[in-house]
Amino acid sequence: MSAPPLIELQQLTKVYGSGAAAFKALKGIDLTIASGDFVAVMGPSGSGKSTLMNLLGCLDSPTSGSYRFKGIGVETLNKDQRSLLRRHALGFIFQGFNLLARTSALENVELPLLYRGYPRKRRHELARIALANVGLADKERNTPAELSGGQQQRVAIARAIVTSPETLFADEPTGNLDSKTTHEIMDLLGTLNRDQGISIIMVTHEDEVASFAKRVIHVRDGLISSDLRNTPVDAN
Amino acid sequence: MLFNALLIAIREIRRNLTRSFLTVIGIVIGVAAVVTMVTLGRGATETIKGEISKMGSNLLVLRPGQGWWSRGVDQFSLADLDAIRHQINGVADIAPFVQTSVSAVYQENNKTYDVQGTTPNYFEIANWTLSSGRIFTAEEVEDSVSVCVIGETVRKALFGSVDPVGKRIRLGTTSAEVIGVTAAKGQGGFGDDLDDNIIVPYTSLVRRQTGSQGGRFVSQAMISGEDGFPSAQIVAEITNLLRERRNITGNEQDDFNVFDSQQLADVVTSSTKVMTSLLGAVAGVSLLVGGIGIMNIMLVSVTERTREIGIRLAIGARAREVLLQFLVEAITLSCIGGLAGILLAFGLCHALVKAVGTPFIFDPTINLIAFVFSAAIGILFGYMPARRAAALDPIDALRHE
Repeated sequence: MSAPPLIELQQLTKVYGSGAAAFKALKGIDLTIASGDFVAVMGPSGSGKSTLMNLLGCLDSPTSGSYRFKGIGVETLNKDQRSLLRRHALGFIFQGFNLLARTSALENVELPLLYRGYPRKRRHELARIALANVGLADKERNTPAELSGGQQQRVAIARAIVTSPETLFADEPTGNLDSKTTHEIMDLLGTLNRDQGISIIMVTHEDEVASFAKRVIHVRDGLISSDLRNTPVDAN
Repeated sequence: MLFNALLIAIREIRRNLTRSFLTVIGIVIGVAAVVTMVTLGRGATETIKGEISKMGSNLLVLRPGQGWWSRGVDQFSLADLDAIRHQINGVADIAPFVQTSVSAVYQENNKTYDVQGTTPNYFEIANWTLSSGRIFTAEEVEDSVSVCVIGETVRKALFGSVDPVGKRIRLGTTSAEVIGVTAAKGQGGFGDDLDDNIIVPYTSLVRRQTGSQGGRFVSQAMISGEDGFPSAQIVAEITNLLRERRNITGNEQDDFNVFDSQQLADVVTSSTKVMTSLLGAVAGVSLLVGGIGIMNIMLVSVTERTREIGIRLAIGARAREVLLQFLVEAITLSCIGGLAGILLAFGLCHALVKAVGTPFIFDPTINLIAFVFSAAIGILFGYMPARRAAALDPIDALRHE
């Protein structure tokens, strides 16, 4: 029997509220994502794509259905167990960068390692590698205010990959960036996917950004409306 | 996990220095107020105790009449004193005391002083030490030799830079040899000069200056109690004995009084203590207000830092780690505030003891109590904001603007 897929969703639903005010954000999603894939999730606002991202990122738990992450039943995990899963297997990139203000790039990047309890020397070593990986080796002393938008997002990416996660979740990673920087960031994500084998799941509403992904999923009214493959998963 | 929380908390404090400063200032002031009040109170108590012990420890003073001044009341005889010495438990020593005012003359210097006639044991009872020379002997008292021991103020006024020992001064109509100088005691409890006296054998004073040898010539008796013996009991026994010897019966009032320095010390000490606790309690309220200040700012900061908490949760912090971070932040802040308050109090006390004129007595207990109390305030008032932070949902927190 082969290893379980990275992500396997079966009839996943999410309902907000209850009774008459209940809102079905996801109406039964079936989805399988293989390890090493680069998936773009697209859809108009209110389509449920953010809800899907939150569930995939283990930030939230589904109302019904099953979510297996590498064979682990995420829907059975409690809040703290999901925290630990995020800590050890997932990385996050946000539209607003979400770096800690007045904190150096190095300290921002080493933050996830702090929660892993790594010693100081190891934290700095790994954080410097991650910063070099995103091309910011010379900016470790700079605080977010001293960096451009693209550089801030690079620091955020470094923070996301410093733990060598299996999967990177990117929520509109280029939403706040101009088109030139968008290209640089998407190139960087493409490189991480291709060279380091990190699976990436990204939400975006721009077709151009989505074109960097190997697979594009459209979500509409809480269901997957299309699932297109640009590039095969193993096309490294 | 605790060490990690501490590390994260210290980073957060450093990252927000202004806010941290505003958070702890209440604690700093509260702790400084409590420690300063109590330390100054202790200093005042020690000062008063010191004043009282200058008179002599365990000193009882027997006087005729009630109150400080007495006229027309019988004085005491040496037989009364012997009875007290031999019949009353706890009396270590007793010295007669006769006082008169005469002008003392050395060369062209001339001034009026209190001359006190007594026996050699008075020096020990009343806690006098000598800076030079010697005290008179029992034989000199017996033979009523004209010698005197002068106070520091007298020495300065009459002799200036001349060594007085061996010189003769004129006391009223007689001449006396200076044989010793007492070490300065400074001011008494009422601001009076304790060093402007001349001490002579009582025999010379009684015979030559008051002319009433024998009988009831002792105007005061200085009594020292044995160490650790309850002075109240000595006072009671002396009272009973003297009532008997002076034929006071039934409901008649005593025509003498016994001043008890120990009792005075106790009363003064306990009232200063009450005062100190009162001031300390008022200052304690400001410490409490400081704690509420910490809670206030921590609560605001949880709201302000919602996004930061969201980031921490998203990258894998557990609720309990966020709780611990905020709790440790509050405790670290309040401990820093406590330490700063103790340092501030140290400085304040140093400055204030000079103004107030009391000694600076460092009391580790109150410093420790104030510190522990400030840490406890950190836990108490840091818990609610920490709970609120830990209860945040990562998605909502990340979405927070």
